[in-house]
Amino acid sequence: MQIHRLELDIWRGDRDGAFQTFSLPLRDSQTILDVVTEIQRTQDASLAYRFACRVGMCGSCAMIVDGIPRWTCRTRVIDVQRKGKRIKLEPLRNLPIVKDLAVDMAVFFDKWRDAKGHFEPGDTPPADFALVPPDSRERRAADLAIECINCGICYSACDVVSWDEDYLGPAALNRSWTLVNDVRDRGQQARLEAIATDAGCHSCHNHMSCTEFCPKNLSPTQSIAGLKRETMRAALKGEI
Amino acid sequence: MNAAWTARLLVAQRLTAILLAFAVAIHLATIIYAVRGGLNAGEILGRTRGNALFLALYSVFVIAASIHAPIGLRNIFREWANWRGRSLDIAMLIVSLILLALGLRAALAVYAA
Repeated sequence: MQIHRLELDIWRGDRDGAFQTFSLPLRDSQTILDVVTEIQRTQDASLAYRFACRVGMCGSCAMIVDGIPRWTCRTRVIDVQRKGKRIKLEPLRNLPIVKDLAVDMAVFFDKWRDAKGHFEPGDTPPADFALVPPDSRERRAADLAIECINCGICYSACDVVSWDEDYLGPAALNRSWTLVNDVRDRGQQARLEAIATDAGCHSCHNHMSCTEFCPKNLSPTQSIAGLKRETMRAALKGEI
Repeated sequence: MNAAWTARLLVAQRLTAILLAFAVAIHLATIIYAVRGGLNAGEILGRTRGNALFLALYSVFVIAASIHAPIGLRNIFREWANWRGRSLDIAMLIVSLILLALGLRAALAVYAA
């Protein structure tokens, strides 16, 4: 029997909020983002959520769909709906809730800063262009981690973040790993010192939730393992 | 604790883990061998008395454990009890010294029994 209506439990309010049930027509090729947009436009204009591109480029529409962190623009209703069950939508975990499905990402980006997730060019400009062979070890390592678009799904999925609010998290550490492999960067010592602390890479438990749920199929776990090796090497050599 | 020390703790934990893997394997194999052979405590102590190899093995075992265990405990306290800072480091240092003292005392007792 075809189901013609869709029912959802959607989180309303801040951390002390509660679920509210909505019902709307089931449509072809409908995504979860389409659903919350339709609810906001036709049923409850006060429903708060965040999106921008709608096509899986910006990463701003991430939410928890039936317990799993996902990009809602790339999640079709037909793929997550189970007969007789309501779809449950929640805001991302491990981040303060602003309202309903929108979270405050400030902490997430503060940790990118704390992990020295920016390119450090050094005091003087280089004399010439840096030559980085595409098949060099460093470039290939960076390539594997470079496609992150900061959606926060890995941060939301991370168990270590959930029990240690200081932990830098998979995204920031993954970003650091791309820069550790950037041969042009002149801020490696400060970066390694920033990520080798108790809040840094060594706190990762290799649960691999970040890798499991990353919509870009990246492996922050692998990047963090690289950082562990690099920081231990630097510590043994007395570089940090 | 600064980054250099945190990284060194991790190196120490990994290296002592390698030592412990061998030490625990030898320890268990020896226990099984001795028990299956039907030796009682007195007979076992008779064989370990004055055996420098036994003393060396168990000294390495104890030293590795007294380094390895407090580092792991420190992580557990940080994550599960939110215990941070200097008091935690000092407490773990005390745990390490207690493990070392009790362990070496036991190893020496087996050697000099």
